[in-house]
Amino acid sequence: MNNLNERKFIVGLIFLIVGFVYLIRLFNVQVINRKYKADSDHNVLRVITEYPARGLIYDRKGKLLVYNEAAYDLMVVPRQVAEMDTLGFCDLLGIPYEDFIQKLTTARNYSRYKPSVFEKEISAESYAQIQEKLFAYSGFYVQRRTLRKYPRKSAAHVLGYIGEVDAATVEKNKYYKSGDYIGKSGLELAYEELLRGKRGVKRILVDVHNREKGSYEDGNLDTLAVTGQTIITTLDAELQEYGELLMKNKKGSIVAIEPETGEILALVSSPNYDPNLLVGRDVKKNYPVLSKDSLNPLFNRALMAQYPPGSTFKTLQALIGMQDGVITEHSGFPCIKSYVGCHNHPAAQNVEQSIKMSCNPYYYSVFKRILMQDKSKSIFKDSEIGLAKWNKQVKKFGLGQRLATDLPAIKSGFIPDVNFYNKWYGEGRWAFSTIYSLSIGQGEIGVIPLQMANLGAILANRGYYYTPHLIKEIKNTDTIPSIYRIKNDVGIEQKYFPPVITGMNKVIEEAGGTARRAKIDSIAVCGKTGTAQNPHGEDHSIFMAFAPMDSPKIAIAVYIENAGFGGTWAAPLASLMMEKYLTGKIKDQAKETRILEANLMDVKPKK
Amino acid sequence: MRNQRNIFANIDWITVLIYLALVLIGWISIYAAVYNEEHHSIFDISQRYGKQLLWIGLALVLAIIILIFEGQFFTSFAYPIYGSVILLLIAVLLVGAEIKGAKSWFQIGGFALQPSEFAKFATGLALAKYLSTLNINMKDLRTKVIASVIIGIPAVLILLQNDTGSTLVYASFVFVLYREGLSGNILLLGLYVAFLFVLSLLLRINDFTFFDSITLSGDQLLMIILTMVAALLIYWTRKLKKAWMVISFALIMSLGLIFSVDYIFEKVLEPHQSKRINVLLGIESDPHGAGYNVNQSLIAIGSGEFVGKGFLQGTQTKFDFVPEQSTDFIFCTIGEEWGFLGSFFLVALYIGLFLRIIFLAERQRSIFSRIYGYAVASILFFHFLINIGMTIGLAPVIGIPLPFISYGGSSLWSFTILLFIFIKLDSERINVLR
Ligand SMILES: [Zn+2]
Repeated sequence: MNNLNERKFIVGLIFLIVGFVYLIRLFNVQVINRKYKADSDHNVLRVITEYPARGLIYDRKGKLLVYNEAAYDLMVVPRQVAEMDTLGFCDLLGIPYEDFIQKLTTARNYSRYKPSVFEKEISAESYAQIQEKLFAYSGFYVQRRTLRKYPRKSAAHVLGYIGEVDAATVEKNKYYKSGDYIGKSGLELAYEELLRGKRGVKRILVDVHNREKGSYEDGNLDTLAVTGQTIITTLDAELQEYGELLMKNKKGSIVAIEPETGEILALVSSPNYDPNLLVGRDVKKNYPVLSKDSLNPLFNRALMAQYPPGSTFKTLQALIGMQDGVITEHSGFPCIKSYVGCHNHPAAQNVEQSIKMSCNPYYYSVFKRILMQDKSKSIFKDSEIGLAKWNKQVKKFGLGQRLATDLPAIKSGFIPDVNFYNKWYGEGRWAFSTIYSLSIGQGEIGVIPLQMANLGAILANRGYYYTPHLIKEIKNTDTIPSIYRIKNDVGIEQKYFPPVITGMNKVIEEAGGTARRAKIDSIAVCGKTGTAQNPHGEDHSIFMAFAPMDSPKIAIAVYIENAGFGGTWAAPLASLMMEKYLTGKIKDQAKETRILEANLMDVKPKK
Repeated sequence: MRNQRNIFANIDWITVLIYLALVLIGWISIYAAVYNEEHHSIFDISQRYGKQLLWIGLALVLAIIILIFEGQFFTSFAYPIYGSVILLLIAVLLVGAEIKGAKSWFQIGGFALQPSEFAKFATGLALAKYLSTLNINMKDLRTKVIASVIIGIPAVLILLQNDTGSTLVYASFVFVLYREGLSGNILLLGLYVAFLFVLSLLLRINDFTFFDSITLSGDQLLMIILTMVAALLIYWTRKLKKAWMVISFALIMSLGLIFSVDYIFEKVLEPHQSKRINVLLGIESDPHGAGYNVNQSLIAIGSGEFVGKGFLQGTQTKFDFVPEQSTDFIFCTIGEEWGFLGSFFLVALYIGLFLRIIFLAERQRSIFSRIYGYAVASILFFHFLINIGMTIGLAPVIGIPLPFISYGGSSLWSFTILLFIFIKLDSERINVLR
């Protein structure tokens, strides 16, 4: 064991050697080599964040919708602030002395060593003046950032806005630092990660006199800011603006979709606001005003407002009836007003006429057949089986579910199911006769305008749709989210569409149709009026349409709140939109003027 | 059994004094590292120095509790202590909280505890217990295997927590095994493997061209040279029986190792780990990550010069420049504010402590106490080696604390327990018969 005993010397020797080597190294670093000492003298390091330019947004025809404008933040590192001409400094910035003290105290309370924003968003002109004299004020420097600009002042609800990131997000997401800007709504939020780009960092050495001595370590530590990606939306800026113009002095929304792609051409919610109001430091001032406005301009009605679909729903009921085999295109039903109210018209002999004349009792009968297919002896059970099947079928049309549109704030709408009525009335205590108002799109049913436009697209496509979306292209990539490339089949055979579509054409083209005002010379329009019962006031006017009939290029839904019957206001407005999109001009000036001049905002709620 | 009532009897005051000195230096440095004018009270619990003061108080209480115990307790309960710590390590993998990428913390309220810190002394106890049983011989394969398993279980569990730094600490037990009779050749072999690994890493990125036509990569060249050396060795030792077999075997293993370097580097190590090794070897420069930290750390230490800038006068170790300046990079503060004199004093203090522990270990009659003493010295030494080496650019950037000095309750307590168990064992050496 004696030789093991000697090993203590070897272990001890290893310890000593390591200690000795470390001391030699330390002596070299601390005493002999002057490089590190010299570095530390210039090592008043200023870390400047390079904010990337946020991605631009264009419309489908290459018109610029969103760009950036330079702005400058005056930063301060309290510990580096030296004795200075405080009053001169206040003059330079144009702020009172008290503000200066207060801002500096705020910055100090945050940190003496870390930079904080002293004055936000100095304009380019004042920046030029300040920059010249800033050297005299150590501890202060200017940091460049950008502000969003919306040259066309439209599509505020689609584009959304950006604002300072909240504390919870900073906590969750490593990328963001307090004071950063982040998309808060609309496309700015939906495509935040693409648009924001990547922040860069520049390290600059500064001497004690606040003079920049060049980049630190030859800029090896710096990271370049990466500009955000440019996005091309599916919007047609001209159509969007025309829609916003038409909707002036009206409450409601317009959604237009290109049926063969699901691309949203226009998405108007009225009243709206100028997106430039919610930029930079103006947000603090303008946001409360907008959010307190009784007309609620921040509310995106096109995606967030749910209304009963009214008579537009009859198109869908007819299709389901034929697909279920409970009616054929030649089925006729008498207009028995004791079932459900109707207007005066000749009896509908077939599906086509029922759509054209929008006969309520006809659809009462159709829906009765859909619900009660003699699957059970009990009418309650039978209605339950029928409703479950019907609900499943209706949902295939994208109703009663959140459409995976790129805008995150969207309602799902509501299609009642068995559970709902079991809870409402109790199990076995409801049947067709309890819920027949569903047959004409009234009652406990909710559809958002986007879903209604999508119904138009489904009819235009004769049985399928692509999820409506706003992203057309991400510059320098050839992909958009794959979900927008999936064809959704609604489970109705194509052969059942012609009678409904012909009926929808006659709604406009033929005497006795409900929307004669939507006629456009030379273009075959198909449409369906609707009136959403509104317990709080005058009914809402609805029109759902597509055109041209044979190779549809646009599907549209127009909602005008408290405007009464769909044929009066919504139908002509929709026809103007379609004509504008398809031909680029409006022939019937009188029709346009009538809509432009209409003020439906003050329609008195009915008693 | 005399003086049984006096728990301070026979304890080694030199060790205790060095311990107290280090703890005090640690607290002063943490105070300096996070000092700013707004917070004056040293008891401010919202500040790290305030918290550390609390941790130190609790550490002293722990030390006294350990001294109250009978030393026999640690001998008898070595295995149960080891077992419970292993269970804790497993538990933390299942229910632990993740802090900075390592899933090694129990979060209890606002307070986080890291069981891997406590695995160190437990492993030391278990290893001492095993190697001090009768009829144990380090030369037996069985002994080597069981000792490796005792060390390996916590090491692997900690590796699973994604805490590579703490795992590496377990390599330090090789000193203990060496002292207890592990062949020195194994140590040399380990050094040879490490040398070959580093050499082929350095060489594999270079190409060498001969006669304008043959281009070999660096590691191919290394293999050819090794083969030629082996051939020469075989020639020289041709008189010795079977020498050629040993040499050939060594050659084949060496070549295999060089081949595997690529694989280990690309597949086994995490990208950030291979990056750190590359940065340390100067193969790759990474001024943003590990390289940035080391450079800032060197500037801070270097700017201290011979006598330092003085207490609280450091500028480089404040906030932005040096990362983790109260935990892993605490030595920067000392180097900056106290200069080479301070660094010298600290290094001397540590080396003095390690040598003192070895000295104490060697005077034990109990084999258990001796082995445990070596475990204590090795663990502390390894932390010193890596932590200070990292701040002066001689070791890779691996986040492990500087014993008794770095901020943090778990590490301070575990080092205190580690050391004071040994102090207690040492104070009872006279009572132990075997
Ligand atoms: Zn009728």
